Amino acid sequence: MALDRETVQRIAYLARIRVSDDRLDQMAGDLDGILDWVEQLSEVDTDGVEPMTSVADVLAPMRADNITDGGCRDKVLANATEPVEGFFTVPKVVE
Amino acid sequence: MTSNLTHLTIAEARDGLTAGDFSAVELTTAHNTAVEQARDLNAFIVETPELALDGAKASDTRRAAGDARGAMDGIPIAMKDLFCTEGVQTTAGSHMLEGFVPEYESFVSRKLKEAGAVTVGKTNMDEYAMGSATLSSYYGNTINPWKATSGDNAGKDLVPGGSSGGSSSAIAARLALGATGTDTGGSIRQPASFTGIVGMKPTYGRCSRWGIVAFASSLDQAGPMTRTVRDGAIMLGSMAGHDPMDSTSTPMDVPDFESGLGKGVKGLRVGIPKEYTADGMPEEITTLWQQGADWLKDAGAEIVEVSLPHSKYALPTYYIVAPAEASSNLARYDGVRYGLRVEGDSLDDMYMNTRAEGFGEEVQRRVLIGTYVLSAGYYDAYYVKAQKVRSRIAGDFTAAFEDVDVLLAPTAPSPAFAIGQTFDDPVAMYLNDVFTVPASLAGLPAISVPAGMSNDGLPLGLQLISRAFDEVTLFQVADALEQAAGFELPIFGGEG
Repeated sequence: MALDRETVQRIAYLARIRVSDDRLDQMAGDLDGILDWVEQLSEVDTDGVEPMTSVADVLAPMRADNITDGGCRDKVLANATEPVEGFFTVPKVVE
Repeated sequence: MTSNLTHLTIAEARDGLTAGDFSAVELTTAHNTAVEQARDLNAFIVETPELALDGAKASDTRRAAGDARGAMDGIPIAMKDLFCTEGVQTTAGSHMLEGFVPEYESFVSRKLKEAGAVTVGKTNMDEYAMGSATLSSYYGNTINPWKATSGDNAGKDLVPGGSSGGSSSAIAARLALGATGTDTGGSIRQPASFTGIVGMKPTYGRCSRWGIVAFASSLDQAGPMTRTVRDGAIMLGSMAGHDPMDSTSTPMDVPDFESGLGKGVKGLRVGIPKEYTADGMPEEITTLWQQGADWLKDAGAEIVEVSLPHSKYALPTYYIVAPAEASSNLARYDGVRYGLRVEGDSLDDMYMNTRAEGFGEEVQRRVLIGTYVLSAGYYDAYYVKAQKVRSRIAGDFTAAFEDVDVLLAPTAPSPAFAIGQTFDDPVAMYLNDVFTVPASLAGLPAISVPAGMSNDGLPLGLQLISRAFDEVTLFQVADALEQAAGFELPIFGGEG
C-alpha cells in the first residue's frame, strides 16, 4: 500500500503539524517505508491472542479519593506563553 | 586528598566520604571542573555547578552532624534532560520546550535529591528520547569520548548512542559518578554499550514515571548509568519505589539491589536466545557473545540455548506501539499551556505552525506514523495487531524463564558509529535497537555490561535480561560478567 500526498496531508492535519508542500513527497516516502516494513507483522498468527494492555502483571493499587492538590494557579500558568489575568489565551475562535 | 576524585566509583566515593578522606564539596568541585573542561563533548544542555555546590555543602553539614543519608549522600550525578527539575530548565532535547522551567520535581530526581545526590547538570539527548545516536537534539550533537584506533572511522567524532547519549558520554568521560537515563526501546543500554559503561533498565513499574517528559508510556522506564555494576545497584536503590502519582509504578518494597553482588553464578541457568542475530552483524559481536557465555560457564553457570521465536517481530511491533503512544502524548504541545507558540490566523493555524516549528524531523515522522496507525480504519490492522504480537513476544520470555534465570545477548549490533555516517532511511537507524526492544516490549529488566573491544578499539556491551522484578539476580549475574570481562575504561582527555 502506498501513501499518497493527500493521505499525508490528512494525517498531518489530524496531528496538527504543518507539512509544507515541498516536504510532502519526502515525508510520504519515509512513512511508506516504515509502513512497508511493519507489514511483516501480518505473518504472525495472533488468532485468539489478547492484545497486551498491561505491562506488569500487577493490579493497579487503589487510593482514597481525596483532594490532594490545587490552589496553585500561578504555578500552572508560570510557563504559559501569553497568560492574561490568570487565564491561558488562544487566538480568537468565535467571530 | 585522593589524586583525582573523578576517577572514583560511587562505592569508593561513598566509602571515602564516610571515612572523611574528602568532603562532598571537594568531590563536587572536582566534577564541576571536569564538566567545564569537557564542553567539547556537548554532554550537557544546562550546567548547574552552583546548585551542585549548595547540595554538597548541605551534605557535608549533615555528615558532620552525624545525619548522613546513605550511599548517595554527596554523590555528584548528571540528570537526563527528560526529568522535570524544579527551577531548572527541562527541554527533552526539543525546541518545543526551550526555556521551560518546571514548577515541580520528577519523582526519580526528587528521590535522588532526598538521598543527598547533587546534580551537576542536565544531559543532552535525542529529541523526546526518539533516537539512537543523540543526533536529533535541538541543542546539537553529543560526542562520544572514545575514538576508533583503526578502520573507516579512525579518529572521527563518534556518536555516544541514544537517546541517553549526554548521560553515557558524561559517565564515560568521568564528568559525574552516575547519571540517570530513560529507556523506551534501548535508550539506556545501547548508549552504555557505545561508551563502555553500565546501563540498566529496571522492570517496567520499578521507578515512577511521574515528572518524566512522556514518550511512550507503556515502555518508558528510568534507570541508572554508571561505571560499575555495583554503582548501578546503589543508584537504583535511590531511584525506585512506588509513587501514588504514577498508578503504573508498582506497590512493592524496594529490595537491596546490592544483595546478590559477589555471590557468583554457580547453579544459575543462563539462556542464549538463538534468534538474536542481525543481518550484517560483525563477527566480533558474535565472538564476544560466545566469550560471555564461556565466562559465565567457567564461573559455574549452566548455559542453555533457548528460543524466543517472535524476536524478529519486536522491532516492527515497537515502531507501531511507540509512535502511537507518542502521537497521543505529544498532543499536549499546543502552544497554549507551556512551550513554544508560533502565531497563526486561527487556533488550528497556531497549533500547526507551533508543532511544525517546535518538533524536529524524526519527532514529526513518529507523530505522523502514530496518528496514522491510530486513525479510523487502521486502528485494528496496525495498533491492535501490534499489541497482539506484543503479547506473543512477552509470552516467549515467560516460556523461556520457566527454564532459565537470565538471558545473555549482545546489547547492540555494532560499536559506536561516526557522527557523519548516513543511514539510507529511518528504518536503518531503528535497527540499532534490535536486541534491546524485545525486553522493553515485555517490560523486563535488562542491563548492558561493558565486556570487550571491537577490532577498531571501541567498547562493546553484553546484555543480560531477567524475570520481572528480579533485578537482584540481574545485578548478581552482571557482577559476575563484569568480573570475568575485566573491562577497563580509559581515562580520556589526558587529565589525571
